[in-house]
Amino acid sequence: MLLVVEQILNGFQLGLLLFLLAAGLTLVFGIMDLVNLAHGSLYMMGAYFAATFVAWTGSFVLGAVMALGATLLLGIVLELVALRHLYGRDHLDHVLATFGLILFFNEAVRLIWGPAGLALPLPSWLSVPVQILPGIPYPAYRLAIIVVALAVALLLYLGVMRTRIGMLIRAGASNREMIGALGINIKLLYTLVFGLGAALAGLAGLMQAPILTVQIGMGENILILAFVVIVIGGIGSIRGAFVAAILIGLIDTLGRAFLPDLLRQVLSSSSASTAAPALSSMLIYLLMAMVLVVRPEGLFPAARR
Amino acid sequence: MKASLNLRNLVAALLVAGLLLLPVYSAATGNIFLLTLFTRIVILALAAASLNLIMGYGGMMSFGHAAYLGIGGYAVGILAQEGIGSGFAQFAVALAVSALYALVIGALSLRTRGVYFIMITLAFAQMAYYVASGLSRYGGDDGLTIYKRSNFGSLINLSNRVQFYYLCLACLLAMIFLIWRIVNSRFGMVVQGLRSNEQRMQAIGFPAKRYRLACFVIAGTMCGLAGALLANNTDFVSPAVMYWTRSGDLMVMVILGGMGTLFGPAIGAVVYLVLEELLSRVTEYWALIMGPLLLLIVLFGRGGIMGLLGRVKRG
Repeated sequence: MLLVVEQILNGFQLGLLLFLLAAGLTLVFGIMDLVNLAHGSLYMMGAYFAATFVAWTGSFVLGAVMALGATLLLGIVLELVALRHLYGRDHLDHVLATFGLILFFNEAVRLIWGPAGLALPLPSWLSVPVQILPGIPYPAYRLAIIVVALAVALLLYLGVMRTRIGMLIRAGASNREMIGALGINIKLLYTLVFGLGAALAGLAGLMQAPILTVQIGMGENILILAFVVIVIGGIGSIRGAFVAAILIGLIDTLGRAFLPDLLRQVLSSSSASTAAPALSSMLIYLLMAMVLVVRPEGLFPAARR
Repeated sequence: MKASLNLRNLVAALLVAGLLLLPVYSAATGNIFLLTLFTRIVILALAAASLNLIMGYGGMMSFGHAAYLGIGGYAVGILAQEGIGSGFAQFAVALAVSALYALVIGALSLRTRGVYFIMITLAFAQMAYYVASGLSRYGGDDGLTIYKRSNFGSLINLSNRVQFYYLCLACLLAMIFLIWRIVNSRFGMVVQGLRSNEQRMQAIGFPAKRYRLACFVIAGTMCGLAGALLANNTDFVSPAVMYWTRSGDLMVMVILGGMGTLFGPAIGAVVYLVLEELLSRVTEYWALIMGPLLLLIVLFGRGGIMGLLGRVKRG
């Protein structure tokens, strides 16, 4: 029982992190029609910034806030220098150019921080377990991730649905030329949206940093999970990204935790322990395949064009 | 397609001549490293050429092509591990499994298009990567060492460097010839027609998906051959062959050389890998240069090297 609750919460937490990444990706794609593989690099940079600033200031919260600002800034610079020139180009061009950016970021990190990973230690007030239900302790930090990510998701929803900027963002997603014709500064809007996406990726990276080691290439595996999320949720749909992210987070975590035991009841113990790791890492892709068969456009296709 | 003497064909002819004579030069100068490097280049050129068939001619932007390199490699590695050393069996299995994988993945992925297709092929290749990492019996993450290269009896000895190089080169040239025949056949015309205007092709009555899927399977099988050769070249196969950056490398080779041109991918592979080799000698941080270089190629180098040569010709 304890294990089940814990794993469900872990899955939920992974799902929320995936949502932060996928939301940025899907916003950037929905509005600028840009496929950004380097989104995972921004996640990695968020983690590296956090590890650096926390060590520098000695305060976890202050360091995290500074890292968030730094990632936002990096995103804006990246948009101004490179990605701005890719709008309106072929998707293949996006893929290649941002693939080049990944190479660049990975190598730059290796040059600046060295090839070995960094650790981001937790402050003591976050590293104690909390009793979420009587008799069920859960790490405070993981709980904090869930709370922060949920709050950000809510803010994002309110921001996109209820504010003027959000209105412009939605308008930009449905008809780019029209809002330009109405006198909106599209370039500025694009830069803002990209910065927002970068900040969301950075937030996911810096929150994940204390749980995993901060290392080169950490953004790449999770980026592919974020792609799966977007494909399942429907490209350009934030709601779809949320549902799919939670689904993927739960299935992946629960699959890895419980599939070996389940298989052991059906198969012999040795073949179960051989098959389980391969099978549990396949689960989410199988889900993606199933969704594709039933709904090629994803679960919540955004109404485009 | 009439062969005429222009800059593109000249460069392609020079490339083929250079590749054919390379072992002679390497033997004369005693530079064995050059032969090893180019064996790898020729194999990856074969992979890039197969990707070009679907990407350049078919308009299917697959970002998971490296999966076949791994599948072909693991077919050789696993059979060798289980004591089946016959090259005929190993290569047949490598091709058959690659074709089967392409059939399943293609049938699913081709339901979508555009960015979805890019992401889905990427995700499926990553799935193959994780599955290989989970094969604890065959080395898991650490990979699988192949102690004996594929045995083709007295036909050819793969352990002989020069013979192996010429085998790889023969495969590359044969596949480029095959691609040329495919592209200019009725089948190839339909596939290219689908790239240009799918609606119109369907209106004429061609079943779009079936043609695309057939093309996808052919390309996957070709790349499986490259995978089987690559495993023999390195005497080793690991999940890293299928890592998604490898698929990206293959795409870069195709674009760099010139998408939708016959010899473009091979030229792209030579340029990209030689550049990588040279840069990595200058600095350990070669990707710091390579990354922005890619960005510049995308921004300014339309049509790749072949496109550039074509423009020079027109003046």
